[in-house]
Amino acid sequence: MLPRSSALFIFGSQQQKNLEGYVGFANLPNQVYRKSVKRGFEFTLMVVGESGLGKSTLINSLFLTDLYSPEYPGPSHRIKKTVQVEQSKVLVKEGGVQLLLTIVDTPGFGDAVDNSNCWQPVIDYIDNKFEDYLNAESRVNRRQMPDSRVQCCLYFIAPSGHGLKPLDIEFMKRLHEKVNIIPLIAKADTMTPEECQQFKRQIMREIQEHKIKIYEFPETDDEEEMKFIRKIKDRLPLAVVGSNTIIEVNGKRVRGRQYPWGVAEVENGEHCDFTILRNMLIRTHMQDLKDVTNNVHYENYRSRKLAAVTYNGVDNNKNKGLTKHDTGDGMSPLAQMEEERRDHVAKMKKMEQEMEQVFEMKVKEKLQKLRDSEAELQRRHEQMKKNLEAQHRELEEKRRQHEDERSNWEAQQRIVEQQKLDLSRTLEKNKKKKIF
Amino acid sequence: MASSDVARQPDKNIRPLNLAGHVGFDSLPDQLVNKSIFQGFCFNILCIGETGIGKSTLMDTLFNTNFENFESSHFEPQVKLRAQTYDLHESNVRLRLTVVNTVGFGDQMNKQESYQPVVDYIDRQFESYLQEELKIKRSLHNYHDSRVHACLYFISPSGHSLKSLDLVTMKKLDSKVNIIPVIAKADTISKSELHKFKIKIMSELVSNGVQIYQFPIDDETVAKVNTSMNGHLPFAVVGSTEEVMLGNKMVKARQYPWGIVQVENESHCDFMKLREMLICVNMEDLREQTHTRHYELYRRCKLEEMGFKDTDPECKPVSLQETYEAKRQEFLLELQRREDEMRQMFVQRVKEKEAELKDAERELQSRFEQLKRLHADEKATLEDKKKALEDDQVSFSKRRAAAQLLQGQSLTANGKKDKDRKNSGFM
Repeated sequence: MLPRSSALFIFGSQQQKNLEGYVGFANLPNQVYRKSVKRGFEFTLMVVGESGLGKSTLINSLFLTDLYSPEYPGPSHRIKKTVQVEQSKVLVKEGGVQLLLTIVDTPGFGDAVDNSNCWQPVIDYIDNKFEDYLNAESRVNRRQMPDSRVQCCLYFIAPSGHGLKPLDIEFMKRLHEKVNIIPLIAKADTMTPEECQQFKRQIMREIQEHKIKIYEFPETDDEEEMKFIRKIKDRLPLAVVGSNTIIEVNGKRVRGRQYPWGVAEVENGEHCDFTILRNMLIRTHMQDLKDVTNNVHYENYRSRKLAAVTYNGVDNNKNKGLTKHDTGDGMSPLAQMEEERRDHVAKMKKMEQEMEQVFEMKVKEKLQKLRDSEAELQRRHEQMKKNLEAQHRELEEKRRQHEDERSNWEAQQRIVEQQKLDLSRTLEKNKKKKIF
Repeated sequence: MASSDVARQPDKNIRPLNLAGHVGFDSLPDQLVNKSIFQGFCFNILCIGETGIGKSTLMDTLFNTNFENFESSHFEPQVKLRAQTYDLHESNVRLRLTVVNTVGFGDQMNKQESYQPVVDYIDRQFESYLQEELKIKRSLHNYHDSRVHACLYFISPSGHSLKSLDLVTMKKLDSKVNIIPVIAKADTISKSELHKFKIKIMSELVSNGVQIYQFPIDDETVAKVNTSMNGHLPFAVVGSTEEVMLGNKMVKARQYPWGIVQVENESHCDFMKLREMLICVNMEDLREQTHTRHYELYRRCKLEEMGFKDTDPECKPVSLQETYEAKRQEFLLELQRREDEMRQMFVQRVKEKEAELKDAERELQSRFEQLKRLHADEKATLEDKKKALEDDQVSFSKRRAAAQLLQGQSLTANGKKDKDRKNSGFM
């Protein structure tokens, strides 16, 4: 199931409180109703198919009006050389509710001899509308954002009875992810019910085979509704008949096509699925078609567009592949930048720390070396000092010895001298004595 | 997301068409309503008021339930906000209600920064929504909107005028949130005082340029009742969760010796008016105003702050993508610059340190040289001394040797003399 308007919250996951009396917020839906009526509604419907399949007639039948009239001739009356995409805007009112209806027609589609790429103008148109909305939404000054996005595409299949044409398949494959496709079998009154049944089955088989995603009805909790929806699903694709003429049948005035063999009534459920289409498209699922366009198709466009440009600074729109950034939990580019900034800060911090560490280490090394040299120096100095001191002491000792020796000797000499002197004096004395 | 207001689009290309029957798109509002009922609703109320003024009681009374209330003291150092979320259920409508209360408002001595936590809270919710809106893969349809839709400002029932704190706070908030001022504990003011008080309050608000929330009068369905209610602002309310027996019914009331103040009696207070306006009639409008006015203002300011513009200098429209791109380039350059700067700084430091270390080395070297010289000097001195000693020793030896020689000679001479004497003695 595609995510569409899901519940905003799981009720009861917060504290549930019981009300002991009337509060009044049960009136909220009425307030919403009131405001929506005041605002008015918009819807853009695109019709695609070869000319002559009754597209304009069907629109007129759906909206019970003459969209194309002599003053506003429809595209079918003009001869086209290439595929055009034209829009008509009309304002319709009913029961106090205003609806701005935009019908987008694609005259020339599938009419040429060579129809390759005839879907391109259609794709371009849808993308342009998405882009307009994206730009409006992204402005700094946002005013009312007019919503011209294509919310539903009715694709008309020619009632060949044999299956889809290659053009049908190509078109649907290329557009099923851009817009809600509702395939219709046109001019259903050219087939009998059995032929129609077979045709439908064949088409659905081919749709599944080619993995084409046509618009799906949302599941509901309501059993009744689900039964109803399943019945409709069985009748897909819807086979429709349109008519601009009103015919009297059994006293009733009905829209229909008069044949010699009877009247094919547009609004008769046994004749065709027109009523189912109208009920589903307008009366029950118009809002859902808008929601799916907004929540799914537009968001796809937007995320692809933003991802392509912001991350590489180069327009990668041509490159279909998604970059690795947006396969993650897509953040806003600003938040992404913020995170990158934080990462960078962390990285810088780490780098700083590392550099700091290396720096400190180197400094420590150097300092250690210096200290070692200093210590070495000191040690050597001490040693030398000691050495010198030892030498000094030795010298002192030697000196002392020498002094001692000398003084001893000198003392001795003095004694000897003295002795000598005494001796010579005595001799002198004796000599003097002896002479006599 | 605002779809265009169809009535106001005077597009020449749009032509009105008449319908020939019932098409059925008048069910569109119902389809929308069904979808919103399925999704559930969300409403966030902020109550600002002094401690004890009756915020929690009023919330309980308004929503007829008992929320978890914490009684706060008067001694909170700072204003804080406490948010609690509840799931309520009435008929087929589910409402996720978040009640945010201020804690400690008005209790501090210096109340200059009192409004700041409130402003910050409101901005944070806007920021959160903005971030979601700007994401590449976003899920807005699933997003739990936490933006404040209504702000009940509780005015103290002094009976005189607004306090300056009230004016300052409301002025800071009026462009960020829908302010609904209420006079709290209105059962302490008499009717005539109340009338004068209301007039005074409204004129003070006007003269100070405070824009409070006005109930919308553009929708004919509710214009009348809204206009009349606008004239009763600010609502004087009384809250009570206690019930008193009155007649044969239990009513919410406050029992005094002199009478019973009934909460839901319109002649006693404006509680019913508040409930009707806030919840029954204008809840959706409050949500819408928050989104289309207050949030858009915040978003515009934030984007402009970040440098986003709608047109570039040549006044050509600039797409968001181009701006993102430019921002990103700028950003990457900035990061690169920071990195380079840091590296530069390191290179500088390394140079400086190297120079320092070189100096230290040189110093050490010179010290080394110096010591060497010292040693050399001392050694030289020592050598001199040694030499001196040696010389002395040599000269001493010489002397001794000479003396000895002399002595030897004299001895032999004396011996000769002696001998001679001896010899001569014999003559």
